[in-house]
Amino acid sequence: MSHTEVVDSKKAWGGGTSPFNVGYGKLMMWFFLMSDALSFTGFLAAYGFYRHDYSAIWPSAENVFTHFPFVHGHQPLLYVALMTFILIMSSVTMVLAVEAGHRMDKKKVMLWMFWTIIGGLIFVGSQAWEWYHFIHGTELGAFELGIGTFTLPDGTIEQTQGIIGRWADESKQILLLPWREVAGDITAPYLQLTGDALKDVIANGQAIHGANLTHNEYGHPLFADFFFFITGFHGTHVFSGVVLNFIIFVNVIMGTYQKRGHYEMVEKVGLYWHFVDLVWVFVFTFFYLI
Amino acid sequence: MEHSDQPYKYAAHHSEEEGKKTRRMIWNMFWVLLVITSIEVGLGIMWKSWGIDFHYVKMTFIVMTLAKAYFIVAYYMHLKHERSALQSTIIVPYVMLVLYLMYMVFTEGTFTDYMEHLF
Repeated sequence: MSHTEVVDSKKAWGGGTSPFNVGYGKLMMWFFLMSDALSFTGFLAAYGFYRHDYSAIWPSAENVFTHFPFVHGHQPLLYVALMTFILIMSSVTMVLAVEAGHRMDKKKVMLWMFWTIIGGLIFVGSQAWEWYHFIHGTELGAFELGIGTFTLPDGTIEQTQGIIGRWADESKQILLLPWREVAGDITAPYLQLTGDALKDVIANGQAIHGANLTHNEYGHPLFADFFFFITGFHGTHVFSGVVLNFIIFVNVIMGTYQKRGHYEMVEKVGLYWHFVDLVWVFVFTFFYLI
Repeated sequence: MEHSDQPYKYAAHHSEEEGKKTRRMIWNMFWVLLVITSIEVGLGIMWKSWGIDFHYVKMTFIVMTLAKAYFIVAYYMHLKHERSALQSTIIVPYVMLVLYLMYMVFTEGTFTDYMEHLF
């Protein structure tokens, strides 16, 4: 910021000075984050590919993540919105810690680092809670159809093996299929199975509760696979971010950076922490909203 | 442990006044991010009852997400105020590979669809 060194950009690449005007560690952190961003982009691209491929029977996240702690009933998206808010907030406290570091204000760096770590821990805990509910599933469960075919109103014949049907209510008399009355219109009602048709299907398939890597009561198993993989990989990043923040936090308390004369280490973990927030912005949109 | 001065000669410092300005920017950005996220969540819950076509909702989400990403990278990660050489070193390779991935999704994704309906 106030550190300005006039460098002739044509001569800057000759050695002895950083043409980027940043230290080695910060530059390498940027390179690492860029490569890591590509990994996440790859995951989300793969998710988008299969989501598109199975668009007719893909579950909608608002029907999957409906729980809110200590509140009963259907609360779509609210908890994940709160998690997003907490992560953005911890990004703010992180950048405030970096700003305090530029003024060599040790107490403020400690304070804001502390809140960043707390925010990260709440976020990781929330993810664990969400995984628990996803793996555990609903009391009602769902029904996985066996081998057979089903004819849609427009005459298309669909294979039923592995397709997930959801019960309309507790009486388990009506099974809602993942196909809609008007193909491609996601506001149209679901097609149903009742009576004898339902009896045939029940004899042929199996009841399932919750989700794992091979079965998913909410819909296509790939949805569960991507959920575990993408949010798991992101959660691992958050967890390692909390660990790194904690190490730097201890160093700040011990006065390591005050002695060194600058808080660039806080800036480096700060870059990583903002990146974790940045990835969540995309996961939130592509996994939960779209 | 002895630290050489050399690796850290680019460490940034700023004065009390500059700090005040930076903090104002940080909190302004916070409100921007909060408002965008709130609109996203509100739209995610309400769009069905408002009867908007989902394609428009989807495009709104993507544009808002890209805006948020820009604000985080430019201001919180400070990339906007780095040398343009560093900006290009990070942004150009990323964008090139992302464009390639998007090309894969849009061509191959519809190709699978096409094959299924043809055979």
